Order: sequence, then C-alpha cells, then structure tokens
Amino acid sequence: MVNLHINGEVKAVDAANDTPLLWALRDVLGLTGTKFGCGIAQCGACTVHLDGKPIRSCVVPIGSIGERAITTIEAIGATPPGRRIQQAWLDLEVIQCGYCQSGQIMSAAALLANKPDPDDAAIDAAMAGNICRCGTYVRIRAAIRKAARSA
Amino acid sequence: MTTSRRAFLQAGTAAGSAFLLGFHIPLAQAADAAARAPFAPNAFIRIDPQGAVTLIMPQAEMGQGVYTSIAMILAEELDVPWAQVSIEAAPPSDKLYGNPLFGIQVTGNSNSIRAFWPSLRKAGAGARALLTEAAARRWKVAAQTCHTEAGTVKHVPSGRSLAYAALVEDAGHLSPPKDPPLKNPADFKTIGKSLKRLDTPEKVNGKALYGIDAMPPGVKFATLALCPVFGGKVGQVDDSKAQQVPGVRQIVVLEDLVAVVGDHMWAAKQGLAALGITWDEGPNANVTSETVWQQLRAASEKSGAVAKTSGDADKALASGERLDAAYELPFLAHAPMEPLNCTVHVKSDSCEVWVGTQVQTRAQSAAAQVTGLPLDKVTLHNHLLGGGFGRRLEADMVATATRIAKHVDGPVKVVWSREEDIQHDVYRPVYRDVLAASVADGRVVGWTHRITGSAIIARWLPPAFQKGIDIDGVDSAVDIPYDIQNLRVEFQRDEPPAVPTGFWRGVGPNNNVFAIESFMDELAKKAGKDPVAFRRGMLGKNPRLLAALDLAAGKSGWGSPLPARTGRGVAAQGAFGSFIATVAEVEVDENGDVRVHRIVCAVDTGIVVNPDTVVAQLQGGLIFGLTAALFGEITIDKGRVQQSNFQNYRMLRINEVPKIEVHLIASGAAPGGIGETGTTAAPPAVGNAIYAATGIRLRRLPIDRVLLAGRKGA
Repeated sequence: MVNLHINGEVKAVDAANDTPLLWALRDVLGLTGTKFGCGIAQCGACTVHLDGKPIRSCVVPIGSIGERAITTIEAIGATPPGRRIQQAWLDLEVIQCGYCQSGQIMSAAALLANKPDPDDAAIDAAMAGNICRCGTYVRIRAAIRKAARSA
Repeated sequence: MTTSRRAFLQAGTAAGSAFLLGFHIPLAQAADAAARAPFAPNAFIRIDPQGAVTLIMPQAEMGQGVYTSIAMILAEELDVPWAQVSIEAAPPSDKLYGNPLFGIQVTGNSNSIRAFWPSLRKAGAGARALLTEAAARRWKVAAQTCHTEAGTVKHVPSGRSLAYAALVEDAGHLSPPKDPPLKNPADFKTIGKSLKRLDTPEKVNGKALYGIDAMPPGVKFATLALCPVFGGKVGQVDDSKAQQVPGVRQIVVLEDLVAVVGDHMWAAKQGLAALGITWDEGPNANVTSETVWQQLRAASEKSGAVAKTSGDADKALASGERLDAAYELPFLAHAPMEPLNCTVHVKSDSCEVWVGTQVQTRAQSAAAQVTGLPLDKVTLHNHLLGGGFGRRLEADMVATATRIAKHVDGPVKVVWSREEDIQHDVYRPVYRDVLAASVADGRVVGWTHRITGSAIIARWLPPAFQKGIDIDGVDSAVDIPYDIQNLRVEFQRDEPPAVPTGFWRGVGPNNNVFAIESFMDELAKKAGKDPVAFRRGMLGKNPRLLAALDLAAGKSGWGSPLPARTGRGVAAQGAFGSFIATVAEVEVDENGDVRVHRIVCAVDTGIVVNPDTVVAQLQGGLIFGLTAALFGEITIDKGRVQQSNFQNYRMLRINEVPKIEVHLIASGAAPGGIGETGTTAAPPAVGNAIYAATGIRLRRLPIDRVLLAGRKGA
C-alpha cells in the first residue's frame, strides 16, 4: 500500500512500489484522463506534474514519489496556467482525436507556469517530448502563445 | 434521464456542463429514458416533447470532427438552433446507419460527408416538413404559407408561431414525405460556419472516454504477446514465475498468443515479462524485407489487369521523348496514439464489448462469431477513437480480446503494449509503380502506369474486387487529373509474404499520387518546362485543380529565389473528390537531413460544412504525410517486424513542423473528402522540393539521407 498526494487528496494505492504511476492512476484509482501511449517515456501521453514539474508517469514508480504533489489533467484546470491553456486549446480548436492532448496540456501548463512568455525555442524544448499523431502541432504552438498573452 | 447513465453532448454548453460518457447506451434504452413519445421521423433525429433535439451519429469520431459536421448538416436542414442540439452515437446497424457508399457501417476513405450529404439533408428536411405540416394543420392553413426559423414554425400572414416542441406529438402521426424540399445553399445558416466542435470540451480535462478508458465494474486488466513471427503459434509456456507476480490473476494460453490477466496493467505486464514462452515460428521465419521486395519487383515486371485504357498508349510511347521510372513505398504501421485495446465481458447468454472502432457492425459480428452468440446478444459500446487512420477499420482486436475474455470470469480489458501494437498491425502495403511516358511539345502524349501491390479490397470488401482490379489501389491513377490522350493503367496484385496489409490514411491515392506527381516532375524536366507550367498545360479540362494550382503557386511565391540547398516542390491531386495543390519548401543539409520550412496548400473541396475543420484536417494530414516521407518504414527480418516503439518508428515532433498555410477556395460543388488528402499531398511535394534543392531524385520513401548527403551514387 502506497499513499499518494493526488490533486490535493491523499489516496491509498494497493499496488507494489515498482508500479508506474500511470497504471496506479488509471487502473487502480480510475483517473483515466492520463493516457498510455508508449510505456517508455517516448511520447508524453502520460505526462502529469510532480511538484509542478512535468514527468512521464509511465516510468515513475509510485514507491519513488513520497509526499510530493501529483497533479493530473483532471485537476489542472484549477491552476491559472492550466485554465488558460485549456481555454486556448478550445478557442483555437487544437484538438483532433484528443488522445495525446492530456499530456500536451500538462506539458504546456508546466511550461507557462515556469516561463510566462515562451518563445518558439522554449516551446520546442518543452513540447518536443509529446507526440501528436493527428498532427495538431501548428495549433499547439499558436495556443501556447495565445494562452501566454491572455495572462 | 440521468447524466450518470445517459451519453450525450450538448452543443453550445461550455466545458463545465457537457457530459460525454462514452456513448454507450443503446438507442432503444436511451429512447426509454427520454420522456414519452419523442418525435423520431428517421434514424438520425429525435425531438422530445420538451423540444430537446438529439441527433444520432452514424459515423465514428476519431478526431476528424465528424460528429460536429454531421450534426451541422442535420441541424441546418432541420432548422434548429445549434445550441439546442445534443448528439448520441448510433448503435451498430448496417440497415439504419450503413455508409451509403459502402453499404455497411464504416467510417473511412474520407467519405463521411460525401456519402451522407444527401441522406442527412433529406433526413433533416423531412423532419422539418413534418413539423411544418403539423403546424399548418393546427392553423388550418396551407403548409406552403408557413416557414421555419430556429426551431419554430411561423405563419407570417397571421403572425402565428409554434415551437417544434409543441408540434412533436402531431408531427409524429404524419408520414415523412418522399422528397422533402431541401434548403437552398444560399440560405444556409449553419453549414459553412466554423462552429466549435462538440467533442473537444471533454478532451481538455480528461473526461472524454476512449475505448481504453472503459471501466465496467469488476474489470480486470490483460496484456498479451502474439507470436512475433507472422503466422506462428505458441510452443511451450512456463508460467511458474509469472504466477508469483503480485496482482497476476490468470494466464490464458491460446493457439497463437499468451495473455496475462491481472489487477492492473502493470501486474499483467510484469506477469507477461516473467513468462517463459517458446514459439513455434512456422513457415514465415525466413521472411525478410529483401524477400518481400524481390517478390514485389518480380511481380511488377509482369503485365497486370487493365484498369483503364484510352487511345493507344504503346504507340504514343514510341513517339516523342520517352522516360521510364519506378517508384517504391515501404510498409507502414498506423501507430494511433491510443494503442489497440478492447474490453469484453462474456457471459453465458450475452456479451458486452467496449471499443473504439471505425466498423461498428463488424466489431459486433466479430464478438458474435467468437462467442457463438446471436448478434442481438452482443452489445457494442462504441467509444471515441484515439486515432483510427485505418487501423480501426479492422475488427481483429475485438476478436482477439473476445477469445481471451471467453476464459475470464467477468469483464477484462485487453490492452496491447505499444510494441505489440506496432509489431502486429495490418500494414500499409509495399507498392511498386512502374511508369513510362513520352513527352512532345511540352506535354505528355503517352502514359502507362502499372501499380503492383496488395489488393486490400479483395480481403476487406471481396464483392468490390472484380477482374483483378483493386478499386482503391487504382484510385487517383485511373482518374489522373491531367488531360492525357493515350493512357493505360494496370493493377498487378501481389500479396507480400507473411505480412498482413490494410488501409492506411490516404489509402490507394497515397501510392498513386506519390508516383504520378514525382514522375510529372521528372517529365517536366524532360520537357524542359517549369513544374507548375508543365502541369498547367495539361489541366485545361480540370478548372478546379488548375485554380488550386495557380493559387498555391501564387501564395508560395513560386519562382522567387531561394537560398542554396533550398528548393520548392509542387504536387497536384484530385483525390477523394477534392482538388488540392501543394507547394513544399525544404532545405537539405550536407548530412542529407531534410528540414521542411513551409507548406502552402490550396484546396477546393466543394461546399465546406465546417471550414476550420477542413483546415485542421489538412494541417494534420500534411504532418501525417511528412512523418511517412521523412521517417516511415517498417522492415522485416526473420519473419518479424524490426520496429517496436516510437524510438525506432519515428513520428514528426513539434520542433520539426513547418509553417503550414491552407487556402480554401469557395465552391458550390458537392462536398469532397478531406481527411486523407494532406497525407497524400505532402510526400510528392517534399520529394520534388528535395530535387529542386539538390538535383537528387528520390524514387523511394522514406527519404534516403545517405543518398542526399552524396555518399552513394544515385
């Protein structure tokens, strides 16, 4: 049993310490907004925040997290950068199939929290780990800029 | 109606209040849940006595925006305010929801809007006519003196009006007219506007439910290993260690696969990794990419079935200046971001399936076949798709998951690892296109094109495979957009050894547009003409494509100077009923790496339902095509796929994306298809731009960086 601090609540997870956070969130706690894409930190679909920093939850064992705060897509709208990113995503209709977008939004929200007015290089650096097979990248870039301006 | 059970989306409500619960309530049940006696004049429309309008979606939403576009067409002809519309996924039914172009319930080939345009308009207009008639009878006036406006029937001479809600019961007693009057497109209020998509608010907060998110009570989690060699079987399985993995509940060994069922995916994965499996690799263990290509190249030298002939191509080839070339495309995996998965609960007398599929009725049939249950005992909950791209035009994942679920007590969610997803795909076939043409007076006078590759249609829709011709395989080749008097197109079916093949975004035109547009560039050079001018000269009978070509050339600055090692390439296509010209601008560095700087696309796709969706599909489709052109290749060794995950099956990333400009051309023609068009457009435009930048012609994809670096001879 591992206690995790998720979206402001403490959740007891009945799984081994080496269980990646992704599967604890999805299969044990039913927080299915965080997505499985590759399992090896190559696609970013599983991105969540650990103390505000983006991590790939498919490779982070729950036993390594301790009391650090986990934020998932279900709660990112409660943060000002997260809310602005979500709104910009809708305003510019970024999304197509949407499967990667939880991860995209988590990476983008972390970027804005850390760098309120990112340039193209900063956007590339923060977002290049998130694959979108539908090819929504052009709009992701525009939406991050829009969200930054709306601060 | 409770929001915890009902599946619906409310247009016009903000992210906070919309619910999207997986669209998993069958129609009959949903109807029961609604208030009594709704007005349901056809399979697509339901209006309850409170006036709530529910539109039923025959097609699968996989990111292409089809829920929104279909709802817009219905709402337009029904004449209801967009904000009052809810949508619901249709249950599986070929009879009610079959795609008019396929005859079965299929979302594919970029034809949802093309196929359903007439029937959806008629469905909406028919309902509107009944509501109008009901009002006219109530008022004892002629229906022709009434009109509708935003969910209301009005009688201007007497100043009376009635909301649709008040007419639901009366209209329900009337028979739908055979040919209801359709709106004049000039009067469209909804169609043609970039309305907000209905499916996206739930996709920004994690609430949207894809197949992989299905969580029926008591669900267990499974993952599987299929024999890595195509067609191989399970030999021995030592499960002693796997049984000791915490959370592992069950190990299911079938003829061709082993699955581990656990309390969560991690337990199942760990269990699978702990198994000792020996495989009986079967007859395909020696297949390699080399054997695949040897077979294909040999087949491509033989004559094929003639799919189109006009004039005398052989005679014309003997005149003018002749050029011969062959183009080759590799196997490709689909790699949708949502890995293959399917959740199944097999009970003694029924079966439930949760999946995201492009083929609802086939998915239902697959489970019925495996369980031996009648169709009506199989309930299919179709979810949002985390990408389709043709992979979910197959129902193999449903059959496989059901075979596993038959051995499991209670519901089980079977999730393919990314590695299994990539190594057990149905692959975009390898193709070889052998072309010959002669040019005289600056134009093509003779043309032969032989397409050699898999006949996917022969497996997927056998009745459509006639006289050795795959109608998809020759699409965009038999209807080449250029005016060529003497022409012959052949199809030579050649199924690759061992490797299963299937539809992939862009389908047949992917191959043909690449071959034709690359060859056109070579012919332009042969004719001593500019690539745009050369194409223009043969588009006199195709004004829509000519206009697109001129617009793309103009917007791209065609002909203006560029820096060294940078070039522009053009491609034109008439695929999927849309006329598109594309100009790519690329830079090739000394290592042979290609940087695509800019893509300009001009599009005439007829009447546009939602312009922003069309632009989005082009942007995404072009990027999908760029990934294929720059990186995409599945190779085979020892009968197995060598790629496994995104580290060796590369996708374009945000830092590699060019500027993309899409210019829509206003048109009153019937709507064309759009989802696949960018994917077919990008590779030839990029290949031609690479030639312009380097003088090196690539006749094979993906791009060969060693060749471009000048380290091996062309």
